[in-house]
Amino acid sequence: MTQLALVIDLNVCVGCHACVTNCKEWNTSGPAGPMVDQNPYGKDPTGTFFNRVQTFEVGEFPNTETVHFPKSCLHCEDPPCVPVCPTGASYKRKEDGIVLVDYDKCIGCKYCSWACPYGVREFDEQQKVMKKCTLCVDRIYDPKMTEEERRPACVRACPTSARLFGDIHDPESEVSHAIREAGGYQLMAEWGTNPANHYLPRRKTKLRIRVDEIERADNPLKIDSQLPKPDTGAPALDDVTSW
Amino acid sequence: MHPAFSVIFLTTLIGVGQGLFLALFTAQSYAGFGLLHEQSSGFYALGSLLSLAFLGAGLVASFFHLGRPERAWRSATQWRTSWLSREVIVLPAFMGTVALYGLFHWLGWRPVLLTLPTGLPVDPTAILGVAGTVLAFALFVCTGMIYACLRFLREWHTPLTVINYTLFGGASGFTLAAGYAAVAGSDLAGFFAGWAMILTGLALVGRVASLIRNARLKPKSSLQSAIGVKHPKIVQKTQGSMGGSFNTREFFHGKSKTFLRAVKWLFLVCVFPVPLLLLAAGFTDGAGLPLLVAFGVQYLGLIAERWFFFAQANHPQNLYYQSIA
Repeated sequence: MTQLALVIDLNVCVGCHACVTNCKEWNTSGPAGPMVDQNPYGKDPTGTFFNRVQTFEVGEFPNTETVHFPKSCLHCEDPPCVPVCPTGASYKRKEDGIVLVDYDKCIGCKYCSWACPYGVREFDEQQKVMKKCTLCVDRIYDPKMTEEERRPACVRACPTSARLFGDIHDPESEVSHAIREAGGYQLMAEWGTNPANHYLPRRKTKLRIRVDEIERADNPLKIDSQLPKPDTGAPALDDVTSW
Repeated sequence: MHPAFSVIFLTTLIGVGQGLFLALFTAQSYAGFGLLHEQSSGFYALGSLLSLAFLGAGLVASFFHLGRPERAWRSATQWRTSWLSREVIVLPAFMGTVALYGLFHWLGWRPVLLTLPTGLPVDPTAILGVAGTVLAFALFVCTGMIYACLRFLREWHTPLTVINYTLFGGASGFTLAAGYAAVAGSDLAGFFAGWAMILTGLALVGRVASLIRNARLKPKSSLQSAIGVKHPKIVQKTQGSMGGSFNTREFFHGKSKTFLRAVKWLFLVCVFPVPLLLLAAGFTDGAGLPLLVAFGVQYLGLIAERWFFFAQANHPQNLYYQSIA
């Protein structure tokens, strides 16, 4: 069983919104219809997005850290939004685990958005149907594209490679390695939705070294560093080396 | 959550319709056992029509909730998994049964089909009445479960949701039945008013229980689990939009705590003590006016109750939408 997913590395995301922009550009030009904005240049601009980057400040001044947090549909392995749909417009594909909405079947009752704890489904005010991330299902299988291009628009746009794409059920895939080796985690794991998308935590490389590791344990009296230095002919501490 | 008036009217109006039908068939059953006077066929027919009017109004209200109402027929397909789909099937089935029940009464089509071993005659209206009763309760369960099955909305995820929908529907339906009986000159006004008071009392117990339960709820998710950063102090700075989004419109009621508290007390007063006093007044002398006013006040109170029911539910997605910048 394949489960396609994104792995998002919070350690390298710089919050540039390139993924948001490219996602919107690709998906608003697609055959599924535009993702329309309302008041794009007015006082309260709003619109439909599949992907948003949010920013959080962790800690208290002056010890704060800025965390940029991209959020899109997590393509849960046990999606709570699917069984509640009264029309079957919301479904999870067996072949690759992508959760999709059939815009031609959706009646716009918004019940699925109530059933999603992550708030990743957005109602399109013009098409009057529920929309969500498709993992660029219209890109990733397109035979007219090169292998390189057959990845979601957000992944292609990311300038820091904070977004990885692949099959998390394949233990040897890039994403599985990342999850395993860099501490990938799921959002709100307490609800048991088993999201396919994973996040890699912020990581800092710290050298943990003790004081006694800095000094030579076999040179407690620091004989080698005594001044004046012993004669080159004089026996050294280890009787081998000499000045 | 943002309370949608389409859903508020849907749930309160069909509740009245269901309760009114249950009241009518309760009276017929009592009469069947010889505990009450048999009513005229017109009384049941007109009562069924009134029930249908409320059910129909609720159905119409529900369409205003849909983005694509012309595709509403599709919503009957997923009854295996979706309580909403089940409601979509049960509501028309119930309406059809109520319509047939009223029609059979109106035409006086009550030939005895069989006689129970106890000597009780069974006619088509009795069979339709039993079917309607089963469907009415099924509809209460479906409507309640639409909300109770959402485990993330913990204010709703309790059997009390289904119980309260049933009790509120029953109470308002029996109150209306009492007013209707009084206006129709039937001797059942007191009977219905009595049941309405019992149901209103039970609804008070159920709703206060859910209010106490919800006041004690501790959130299961936190900003820490939402973004996966273990730090006691996390503050949201941006949410990916400047002018709000579907997420900020659909899941927040946008009213102050004072307003919420005011609505709570409004419904606590309008749904329970005021109708109870008016029902008690009508119970003794069967006067129409206090019973009709009781229904009016209780229905307005139920609108406030349902508004509060939605507004009080705190969706975990709100953790991601705490500050616009």
